[in-house]
Amino acid sequence: MRHRPRGEHIIRFDSVGLRYGLGPEVLQDVTFALPSGSFHFLTGASGAGKSSLLRLMYLGLRPSRGRVTLFDKDIAMTRRYELPALRRRIGVVFQDFQLLDHLSTLDNVALPLRVRGVKESEVQKHVPELLGWVGLADHLHAKPPTLSGGQKQRVAIARAVIGRPDLLLADEPTGNVDDHIAMRLLHLFEELNKLGTTVVIATHNQSLVDRFSQYSRLHIERGTVVEPE
Amino acid sequence: MLSRRSDLPLKGDATSRFLPWLVALMVYLSAIAVAGVLVLAGLVERWDHDVSGTLTVQIQPVPGEAGELLTEDRVRQAAELMRRTPGILAARPLDKRQTLALLEPWLGSAEVVKDLPLPRLIDVSVDSSAQLDLGAVADRLGRMVPGATIDDHRVWLSRLINLSRTTEWVAIAIMLLIGFVTSATVVYATRTGMSVHRGVIEVLHLIGAHDDYIARQFADRAFSLGFSGGMIGLAMAVPTLTAIGWATRRVEGGFLPSLALPLSGWVVIGLLPVLAALLSMYTARLTVHGTLSRLP
Ligand SMILES: Nc1ncnc2c1ncn2[C@@H]1O[C@H](COP(=O)(O)OP(=O)(O)O)[C@@H](O)[C@H]1O
Ligand SMILES: [Mg+2]
Repeated sequence: MRHRPRGEHIIRFDSVGLRYGLGPEVLQDVTFALPSGSFHFLTGASGAGKSSLLRLMYLGLRPSRGRVTLFDKDIAMTRRYELPALRRRIGVVFQDFQLLDHLSTLDNVALPLRVRGVKESEVQKHVPELLGWVGLADHLHAKPPTLSGGQKQRVAIARAVIGRPDLLLADEPTGNVDDHIAMRLLHLFEELNKLGTTVVIATHNQSLVDRFSQYSRLHIERGTVVEPE
Repeated sequence: MLSRRSDLPLKGDATSRFLPWLVALMVYLSAIAVAGVLVLAGLVERWDHDVSGTLTVQIQPVPGEAGELLTEDRVRQAAELMRRTPGILAARPLDKRQTLALLEPWLGSAEVVKDLPLPRLIDVSVDSSAQLDLGAVADRLGRMVPGATIDDHRVWLSRLINLSRTTEWVAIAIMLLIGFVTSATVVYATRTGMSVHRGVIEVLHLIGAHDDYIARQFADRAFSLGFSGGMIGLAMAVPTLTAIGWATRRVEGGFLPSLALPLSGWVVIGLLPVLAALLSMYTARLTVHGTLSRLP
């Protein structure tokens, strides 16, 4: 295998396989590397394994075999107490948002800062600023159950980007919003990407991918990642 | 500590309702156990202090008309012999009236008692620093004065001390058991809480929270539940102990030494809620760390 210089790739999979419990391999022989600062769509039919692949990337799962290298660290060789530092460099928009229903919009978005021990004065300055930027200035103290689908999505995205992540992973972020909002979200991700964040968006919305055809694609088919030309 | 921020909605959990009552009961029982041990230890120590410098010589009365005089004679002889023994400071024969006064709590003061063949007593003070061979003294006394025996208080005192030690061990075992039950309940409550809030914990974990960030929230909650429960237990224990103290003081009648709980005992009992809270806190913290270590 060719060894690339440090820092060139933000994440890299070598012959990764994944099975849930004793089930069959959902992913097998997955090998790819994402250059720092790149923008990708992750496509594949429903049930192909997009969410599973993202879970491996944000360290929500350990691979059954193979090697995952994140920020130049071999995850299998990394000590448990060092993992939070890696996770903090990743922003995730979960498929079903995973907002905490008992916390206000502001507190939800503040979470990544608070787990890092950022000063409360900083939190109170930056979080409302970002929420204003995504159009939720009037909903700082609303709880997620009172928000519309599109608003929840923007809260989830704000939470994913508040910590200025090096890697942004979004699982079907345009899943249940209309096309117009989906376009706006993608433009937001593009802005982040221009600031240096590597972006991976999982989607099975082919028309959306076609409209942003300038970006590279990772496609999952029969349990493995293929890069279509 | 109670006002620290928490991302987990632990306030409404079912454990908030039962844990404080369990801790209250445990602190209540501990307080009673601690008080019992301390009172008994104090009692033994006081008796030890009162008794260690003394022993009693008993002379069996000689029956019959002339007996009275002969008995008097033997009492004098025995007292004389004791006074000449090195290590003995004083020997004071009690006359019949004094003996009767001593026995009054048990026998009453009826006229018939005066005619009973009561043994005569000699109160002996011992120099506690002298190495007195009591066995040898008793032998000599028995040979020289018929019917004389030495009643060493230390024999029954040592039994009393043994009893007190045993009680201490029983109380320590009870306390350990109470601590164990409390911990086990906190472990169970914490695990339940963690599974109720599994989703929240997973989000915190995935956005880069250290295990201790999550553990601390459960630990803070356990501390405040343990402390409030402990205060309830203490609030129940204080009136109970006061009532017991009051009741014993009424029956004492000068025959039992005072059964009051020393100040140090109240301090220990006052610390029990804090101990319960700390125990709950560390147990919760360890439980969360143990469970989280299984996450990827
Ligand atoms: N937690 C899980 N336990 C067992 N099987 C799972 C789990 N999550 C996903 N799978 C299985 O893995 C496969 C891929 O699922 P997923 O990654 O969710 O696909 P996608 O996101 O592309 O729809 C599916 O067959 C699904 O049933
Ligand atoms: Mg999915």
